[in-house]
Amino acid sequence: MSTPTNTPKQVETLSEQGMRRRNFIIAGVAAGGGLLIGVALPQLFDGKGDASPAKTAEDSAKNAFSPNAFIRIDKDGLVTLIMSKVEMGQGTFTSITMLIAEELGVDPAQVKLEQAPADEKKYADPLLGGQVTGGSTSIRGAWEPMRKAGAVARTLLVSAASQAWNVDAKDCRVENGYVLHTGSDKKIGYGELAEKAATLPVPQEVTLKEAKDFTLIGKPIKRVDSPQKVNGQAIYGIDVRQPNMKIATVAMSPVLGGKLVSVDDSKARDIKGVRKIVKLDDAVAVIADHMWAAKQGLAALDIKWDGGRNETLTMKDIVSQLDQASSDKGRAAPGAVARSDGSFKEAFAKADEKFEAVYQLPFLSHAAIEPMNATVHVQKDRCDVWVGTQVPALAQAGAVGITKLPPEKVFIHNHHIGGGFGRRLDVDFINQAVAIAKTVDYPVKLVWTREEDMQHGIYRPYYYDRLSAGLDKDGKITAWQHQVTGSSIMARWIPQFFKNGLDSDAVEVAKEPLYAPANIFVEYIRQEPPGMVTGWWRGVGATHNTFMVESFIDELAHKVGKDPLQYRLASMGDSPRARHVLEVAAKQAGWGQPLPKGSGRGLSVQYAFGTYVAQVAELEVKEDEVKVKRVVCVVDCGMVVNPDHVRAQMEGGINFGISGALWGEITVNNGKVEQSNFDSYRVMRMREAPVIEVHLVQSTEAPGGIGEPGTAAIAPALTNAIFAATGKRIRQLPIKNSLVAA
Amino acid sequence: MITLNVNGKDHALDVTEDTPILWALRDVIGLTGTKFGCGKALCGACTIHLDGQATRSCITPVSLATGKKITTIESIGDTDVGKRVQQAWLALDVVQCGYCQSGQIMSASALLAQTPNPTDEEIDNAMSGNICRCGTYPRIKAAIKNAAKA
Repeated sequence: MSTPTNTPKQVETLSEQGMRRRNFIIAGVAAGGGLLIGVALPQLFDGKGDASPAKTAEDSAKNAFSPNAFIRIDKDGLVTLIMSKVEMGQGTFTSITMLIAEELGVDPAQVKLEQAPADEKKYADPLLGGQVTGGSTSIRGAWEPMRKAGAVARTLLVSAASQAWNVDAKDCRVENGYVLHTGSDKKIGYGELAEKAATLPVPQEVTLKEAKDFTLIGKPIKRVDSPQKVNGQAIYGIDVRQPNMKIATVAMSPVLGGKLVSVDDSKARDIKGVRKIVKLDDAVAVIADHMWAAKQGLAALDIKWDGGRNETLTMKDIVSQLDQASSDKGRAAPGAVARSDGSFKEAFAKADEKFEAVYQLPFLSHAAIEPMNATVHVQKDRCDVWVGTQVPALAQAGAVGITKLPPEKVFIHNHHIGGGFGRRLDVDFINQAVAIAKTVDYPVKLVWTREEDMQHGIYRPYYYDRLSAGLDKDGKITAWQHQVTGSSIMARWIPQFFKNGLDSDAVEVAKEPLYAPANIFVEYIRQEPPGMVTGWWRGVGATHNTFMVESFIDELAHKVGKDPLQYRLASMGDSPRARHVLEVAAKQAGWGQPLPKGSGRGLSVQYAFGTYVAQVAELEVKEDEVKVKRVVCVVDCGMVVNPDHVRAQMEGGINFGISGALWGEITVNNGKVEQSNFDSYRVMRMREAPVIEVHLVQSTEAPGGIGEPGTAAIAPALTNAIFAATGKRIRQLPIKNSLVAA
Repeated sequence: MITLNVNGKDHALDVTEDTPILWALRDVIGLTGTKFGCGKALCGACTIHLDGQATRSCITPVSLATGKKITTIESIGDTDVGKRVQQAWLALDVVQCGYCQSGQIMSASALLAQTPNPTDEEIDNAMSGNICRCGTYPRIKAAIKNAAKA
């Protein structure tokens, strides 16, 4: 998926030629002939700081029209999709292709993909507002516009054919890249029609296929990226090779936030293959002919660091600061109110039964299997960056800042991603590669060792949440309070949407629990841990708060002596889709049927990313070790584009979440991260993987996201199952620590 | 100079004897299908075959490979068992990000070459050195069974 394309020029051509536009779709002559369709996808962040979900593409297109995805049909009939989304395993390359192919009437295999170059405006994600692949947004944003774009192209091609044949367009149909005339044997390929189609008026309205007529959507179409990923041919960022390229690796200050004082590199210089030692503010890099020489060089350096103020930092400091900030008395400033309906205080005071609990989630590493890396060539008049990133435009902005070159001289060549999980929404390692490459005149590939990757991550925040509920004499919830305390990712990553102290991600799901009574109060208290930089981790706010809410509701059920399934159903507001997934999951899992001693089942249900998920985990606890045996997952993600992708994302997402819940934690001692590789940061292996059964709910609702819901919902299903198996309530992850401590 | 036989071809390399095979393959010869994941034989992404044995190339020095045959993901499809494994991977659409899959396929091929009909336990034992962060384990296991039957 290398990117050097002439797309920006084509886009320029579009506007120069005064493209005819209709709503959010434009059409015109592509550079080099053929038909070019430009699509503007809607925006979540509308520029006024309102993070409400996208309404319609048309709404957002009213203000500033700027196409951000393109379909090109050239004179040979080749269909090219120029796409801003990056493939990191979630199947986006395949499913977005399916949306266009469905309406255009071509085989998905006929569609060639090109990665869009970095351009914050043109390739903005419709839901995220920036050039981003994340937040389980790709299909949700593309669903309608991409089908309409395909339909516009099809309509233009049919018009061109009907005019050429002098027949009624109604008597024409499309099939596999051809227009056919019903009632004669006339047949003509899209390539021959493209040029003519490009000059026709853009249709005012297009009719999209009805679901019953879909030939691709809803079918388990094979992934387009599989063949090259089973034979070693897929090129990830780390696989890039450029003429005269050298390899660099780094040592960063072991104490978080520390600085470099001095380096004695005399021994390193004697190592065969070592070319240069580069000093940065907080790191030293060795550039060499290959990674082994670079690593040897690094090991031979005598480095002096100044740890600075974090030199004595421990987890105890971080947790006690969070504890203090989260308490009504201890906090420095009032929390930011996310929701306040009725009066929690009054209802809680009057409640027959009161229940309070504190839950804690640890810092987590993404531990993507491809370590952070970037290849950069800085020249006098241009900078090229070869990388796998979820945010090409941020990568470009970073390189612009360091090289002082204008944006149009900084080229981001995006590649396959060997695991994103949110880590590649940050560009720290890309900036570092640019800073290193700036000191030499040849291309440099910077590769972090696993140890540097794990010890200098952008970690999932540590959350310290207090939940309180008041119940009436029948056990009905009358008052609900959720106080979220942790660092703000939004304040760091997208500060324009961090308003009045409220981080909307930190209260996702917490703000709208499925069990919200009339009296509910939800607040956010920002507490930044020293030294730690925190960021997005698969499932984001939902991973955090589904654990809190689904643990708490389970505790309430047991407190009042009710079955956790029945109590959830009874406490749920008007949410038929949530109710349905929960009921189906319970049935499929055999909820209520006896299990051997030491085994248990646990439930969770969640609405997030536009998708409903219910999970039942079945596990066994033996000598403080948990064996997860089976997970039943029922998902209602609305209209399913590719059922096999949904299954795959649920399977993988659940396993990713199990790793985190059972074992995942990053801890700090004397300012240093204590974990360094897969021996000290345990992740799931084959023998620990449970049987996973995924059931899809048939639905005609708009598609929801699928990349994250599976991960987000699993942790409470596990801890609730552990309670069922052992009577031990786990309020702090990872489970491995709490199980021993409990 | 050290001579490595990789996928049937000899390569004379100007590297020190302690250089792990992984970096000789990726950075010197230019075969990038074999992946770097941990550098300590903890994740299996770098798995190759050394005379048919699944071997973690990130900790195995080139000196141990002289006079032996190295097979990588780029040529495993030339063997009967490797081809069956790749086809099973495609039939079940095992991959997601795909980064670990070179190593998974190399481990699976070595397993099936030695144990044509592995039990679940044998699969777990042979494959638990290979981490997949996307969590494709259920499909990997199913694909190995399919490849065994093919």
